[in-house]
Amino acid sequence: MALRFLWGVVHTPRGGASAFVLMLVIACALFAPLIAPYGYALQNLPGSNTSPNALHWLGTDEFGRDLLSRIIHGARTSLTVAVTAISISVVVGMTFGAIAGYFGGMFDRVVTAVVDLTWSFPEILIALILIAIIGTGTESIIIAISIAYLAQFTRLTRAQVMALRQETYIEATVNLGAGHFHVIFRHLLPNAITPVIVAGMLAIGDAIILEATLGFFGLGAQPPIPSWGAMMSSGTAQIFIAPWIILFPGAAIALTVISINLFGDALIDALNIRSRLRDV
Amino acid sequence: MALLTVSGLGVTIGTLSPLDDVSFEAHKGEILGLVGESGSGKSLTAMAVMGLLGRIGGRVSSGSILFDGQELVGLRDSSYRRLRGKRIALISQNPMTSLDPIVRIGAQIDQVSLLHLRLSKPAAKARSIDLMQQLRIPDAETLHRAYPHQLSGGMKQRIVIAMALAADPDLIIADEPTTALDVTIQAQIIQIMVDLVRARDLALILITHDMGVVAQACNRVVVLYAGRVAETNTTQAIFASPCHPYTASLIGCIPSRDQAEGTLLGIPGTVPGVLNYPKGCRFHPRCGDAMQVCARTVPPTTAQPTGSVACHLHEVVT
Repeated sequence: MALRFLWGVVHTPRGGASAFVLMLVIACALFAPLIAPYGYALQNLPGSNTSPNALHWLGTDEFGRDLLSRIIHGARTSLTVAVTAISISVVVGMTFGAIAGYFGGMFDRVVTAVVDLTWSFPEILIALILIAIIGTGTESIIIAISIAYLAQFTRLTRAQVMALRQETYIEATVNLGAGHFHVIFRHLLPNAITPVIVAGMLAIGDAIILEATLGFFGLGAQPPIPSWGAMMSSGTAQIFIAPWIILFPGAAIALTVISINLFGDALIDALNIRSRLRDV
Repeated sequence: MALLTVSGLGVTIGTLSPLDDVSFEAHKGEILGLVGESGSGKSLTAMAVMGLLGRIGGRVSSGSILFDGQELVGLRDSSYRRLRGKRIALISQNPMTSLDPIVRIGAQIDQVSLLHLRLSKPAAKARSIDLMQQLRIPDAETLHRAYPHQLSGGMKQRIVIAMALAADPDLIIADEPTTALDVTIQAQIIQIMVDLVRARDLALILITHDMGVVAQACNRVVVLYAGRVAETNTTQAIFASPCHPYTASLIGCIPSRDQAEGTLLGIPGTVPGVLNYPKGCRFHPRCGDAMQVCARTVPPTTAQPTGSVACHLHEVVT
């Protein structure tokens, strides 16, 4: 049933086109060493800053490294960071949100206060503060991004659970003697999960941008591991000599994020959950 | 001995006391009807017995609920949870919304016996299918894998009943189990429950406002009005010679064949809300036989040959 449903989404123009681009990006991330024509760290100083040509389809950077290969490997960095961070965020946020929404009381008030507090800061600020505390590197930005997006999923799950808690079937389950654990994990979360998953998917797009921004500041994956943000950053110095260094990674980010947003939008329409996402 | 003895039960919600001095008994192998208009406190009584008043911010303020020798008033929630579903099961009003839409029907019945009887998964499944067959659900094996939206209302209510029966409880409280169903399906569901009570020696408390259902199913009847018991008696006695004027007017509301065309009788006025319960007998503003004393003092409960009534008309003059 789920497969047939996805098939239906892919058969819309919007869903199909975005799904195609996303599959391409995911394939690049999974099979980067097989797809990339050169190694991402392979330098060729005499051939630095060459414009796109038959050997280097997207040109080379200031060390003569093949841009296409670096963008393909960069997909791996970007997706790994974004997907891991958001997955952590969704799981932890759902747990907090479900407990807060189900039990209410003091825990709920504390969680809501913290969520409201973090909600009032931009995600990048939260991520920067966290990186300042825990240091740079891939693991650090994964943790920083996951905490930056935690509030969103906590809030969404809490709202869903609070609405579902009033449902007759939840009361009926309690009436038959079910414990809190059973009610939360077998009935509430499965019913609340759809909008959270879709919100999570859309947040991956945001997280890719955040990862690129942090990479641009040199806070993400450390060289020579390519990340789209860091590549753009190194391109700023060559912007008038070799504009393609900054252009192509930027295009990769834009294309990926737009595809994620379009696919997420197609999912929202197909699942008919726009209103449930809005009442956060 | 009665399986459930409720005596002098009073419930408060904040500063309101929507229920006071409610007493009745439920016996094994018997169906007890809890009758009254909307707002008379029927569902509240059920919630009090189930220990679910906390859900609406209420609590038992007086009286006792004795179940199989155990006092339920003041019982800890963790102990209550072991009773709910296992010894006392509640069938709620609306079968359409009583099933989780994304969990297979079979799994929902299974989970009750998995939880309370600690059965293995295959054993729980076999038990559920057996129960479904007893409830005359056709093609139980296939429906065990179905989702709630694939079933009709009557089938859903049977599934809800199967869930209530899954852990073999001694007492079932059915809160208007047929209100949301078609009349023809209503009769079937009631018949199923009557058969179950006989076959399994269950005690069933049937909450309803439908006197037809009472006549079809119940052995004894408790008539509630505005949070108090107006009258208790056997079904026969209630219909043959109602003591309380309220009971009499409830029965008067049932249309009969030899009634003049075009006149359906009702009871004038409405049930008073908990905020403005009248003094004295709470029925007196709507009562045709009201006397001066009715507005002043609460009528005492007086014994009748097979039951009891709370009405000044039947007060024993000493």
